Amino acid sequence: MTKSNLTRRGLIKTSAVAGVGLATPTIFTASSVAAFTNEPTGSSVTLGFNVPQSGPYADEGADELRAYELAVEHLNGGGDGGLMNTFSSKALKGNGILGKEVKYVTGDTQTKSDAARASARSMIEKDGAVMITGGSSSGVAVAVQALCQEAGVIFMAGLTHSNDTTGKDKKANGFRHFFNSYMSGAALAPILANNYGTDRRAYHLTADYNWGYTTEEAVRTSTEALGWETVAAVKTPLTQTDFSSYIAPVLQSGADVLVLNHYGGNMVNSLTNAVQFGLRDKLVNNKNFEIIVPLYSRLMAKGAGANVKGIYGSTNWHWSLTDEGSKAFVKSFGTKYGFPPSQAAHTTYVQAMLYADAVERAGSFNPCAVAEALEGFEFDGMGNGKTLYRAEDHQCFKDVLVVRGKENPTSEFDLLEIVEVTPTEQVTYDASIFGGELGACNPGA
Amino acid sequence: MFGLAAKDFRLLLLVAALVAFAPFILNPFPEGSGMAQFNAGYPDLMQRFVIFGIFAIGFNILFGLTGYLSFGHAAFLGVGSYAAIWMMKLLTMNVIPAIILSVIVAGVFSLIVGWISLRRSGIYFSILTLAFAQMMYSLAYSVLTPITGGETGLQPKTSDPRILDSLVTDGTTPKANLFGLEMGASYDLSVSGWVFTFNAGYYIAAVVMLISFYVAIRIFRSPFGMMLRAVKSNQNRLNYTGLNAKPYTLAAFVISGMYAGLAGGLMVAMDTQAGAERMFWTASGEVVLMTILGGAGTLIGPVLGAGLIKYMENILSKINSNILHEWFAFLPDGFEDLLVTLIYPFIGKGWHLTLGILFMLVVIFLPGGLVEGGQRIGRLFKRKKPDATPAADKTPAE
Repeated sequence: MTKSNLTRRGLIKTSAVAGVGLATPTIFTASSVAAFTNEPTGSSVTLGFNVPQSGPYADEGADELRAYELAVEHLNGGGDGGLMNTFSSKALKGNGILGKEVKYVTGDTQTKSDAARASARSMIEKDGAVMITGGSSSGVAVAVQALCQEAGVIFMAGLTHSNDTTGKDKKANGFRHFFNSYMSGAALAPILANNYGTDRRAYHLTADYNWGYTTEEAVRTSTEALGWETVAAVKTPLTQTDFSSYIAPVLQSGADVLVLNHYGGNMVNSLTNAVQFGLRDKLVNNKNFEIIVPLYSRLMAKGAGANVKGIYGSTNWHWSLTDEGSKAFVKSFGTKYGFPPSQAAHTTYVQAMLYADAVERAGSFNPCAVAEALEGFEFDGMGNGKTLYRAEDHQCFKDVLVVRGKENPTSEFDLLEIVEVTPTEQVTYDASIFGGELGACNPGA
Repeated sequence: MFGLAAKDFRLLLLVAALVAFAPFILNPFPEGSGMAQFNAGYPDLMQRFVIFGIFAIGFNILFGLTGYLSFGHAAFLGVGSYAAIWMMKLLTMNVIPAIILSVIVAGVFSLIVGWISLRRSGIYFSILTLAFAQMMYSLAYSVLTPITGGETGLQPKTSDPRILDSLVTDGTTPKANLFGLEMGASYDLSVSGWVFTFNAGYYIAAVVMLISFYVAIRIFRSPFGMMLRAVKSNQNRLNYTGLNAKPYTLAAFVISGMYAGLAGGLMVAMDTQAGAERMFWTASGEVVLMTILGGAGTLIGPVLGAGLIKYMENILSKINSNILHEWFAFLPDGFEDLLVTLIYPFIGKGWHLTLGILFMLVVIFLPGGLVEGGQRIGRLFKRKKPDATPAADKTPAE
């Protein structure tokens, strides 16, 4: 124990030391000669692949990483070239990007915004990545997109379905190829009306977080416009694994359709519970009880097994598509890994290619030049038909697939069948409806 | 000096030297070399080192001194973050008001939580704090989405009011700053292959960390600290002598909650983003790990523990199988594959496994944490060379 004895001399000494300490940081100020953040000067360029390698979306993350590795191989001139052969833009030559060999670093987002940002920052600050891509959650996508905007690098979003990513949280340096909740709702509603009629009563179970909210709202709005009635919308905790207590009240509510705004493990569990409760064998209001899953993925269908049979949903891309681009991608992915790619793999592969192509066309890695090259870019041959990267919100507009769980799957990958390809016009919306603003592109430095 | 005993002052100087020269110490390998993978001297990680150092120092004031194991400390970190980000959105991007408010708000929350939880001790106290933290996490994640941004979290936007700042007109994102000095501003010093980065944000956080460390030393050496140790050694005896331990433990709880809030505020200042998952119970568990790994009840232990965990999380987790193959490329193919297969589970996404093994080893063989390891090494040298200067610098005053 020491007694503090405050003297004049002591005080002066202390404040002098404190003053020096406080002044230290001001000596260092930003000084950089590069035109933009991480300008590649050597013979190679580094891209950052930030995907969930642990946590609930690790399966999607692993598939995304496979797709990125494939994309890098193709960009560097290896393999069969994949989608570069079918892509409408012919700027890529298989000699890297702008003649620089493509290298990459990987990171684990853990599906947590903080971890994802830490990982992305280390890619930018330590490894000199000039573009960050990946992710399998909208929360992570929004967080990393904001980071990239601040740091002055391009962000090519991976699997993110919430309206917010290119809606209220859109950023000038961020781009999304994947579709969103609004498009799911707009694509699904007419199919549902055709198959189930226009006088249905719907009950929503919604994962209690941003993506759940926007999906519920999108499906609600578009089905109500066709005459459906929404009986109730119940929020379920994201960590819920047993949904029986949420399923039981559905039968008493007089609803004849159950909409599961769930993704990943949530959807697998809730759907399994619902089917086990015999919901689909019930006859309510003289109509067959039906279940709908707005966002489908093959990995989820695999998890839910036989329960997905006959259940409608929407998806961004499916490997059974027969256009040239999809066939080429399935072929080169299958040759390398031995099984067909998921929609997560497809969207991330395409994002990497689109970035590389935009750099080639712009003739520079400068984020502002790349953004300009991507804005309003129309392309084809990437598996989704004619696609537009809209300049107003950096969202891709393309056909949306409405799928249904297959009754007689022939293999463990053949679980979904395409019911209809909803044309782009039907899912296009005005860029201003979600609010938010892009701001100006930031080249950093 | 500063009212510290000579030994403590030397420790403070050592820590000050370590943080001041961290950009050199953490970047021992030249850029572009194979070992550069292990360099940790980039701004983000250096900032995390000192911020989590503050968090662990604060946690140690409660756990190390009173023995009360709070399992919900991350909640105060999260609350501090939200307070800071709202200050930045509404008032100014200057970090000072944000950090001050984050400390105050965390203090208020910890007062409420502590007042209720401290009615019980031992495992019941831990469970109560855990329950509060999970409750706050769930609220932030879903119910309070309008305030917390839910899963997406909060970031400053161009359209925020920021009444003290001048209007942003060119559509650029506002950046956190200290009277104009941006937190992201860095100066790169290149010395024949080596690149050392001096980052403004890091040094600001480091100064705050040194002040926190100084305050912690003063608390440890004060009569108040002595009372807290008395609570740890035998609370019943304290009660029988007619002393009420509650005000002391509550004060310790609030102080450590404010430290957590300070860490949260700094996190936002360095990386303008606040999200709910930093309040999750695993984050609370992490700070317990840091403290125990470094040495609970010691002054410097928690800082070392925080550094080690953050290093592993950020460096080890980024090594992928390709990098391993590059390292062992000189070996014959079969042998190379075998080595890679053997090591792979422990790196990349398997870093948790390595951390777990390390934690077990430390708890079993070094119950006093890394600090005890340092002491043992120190004693080893002492025995060999009795006239050599004792390694007192490395050993804490405990």
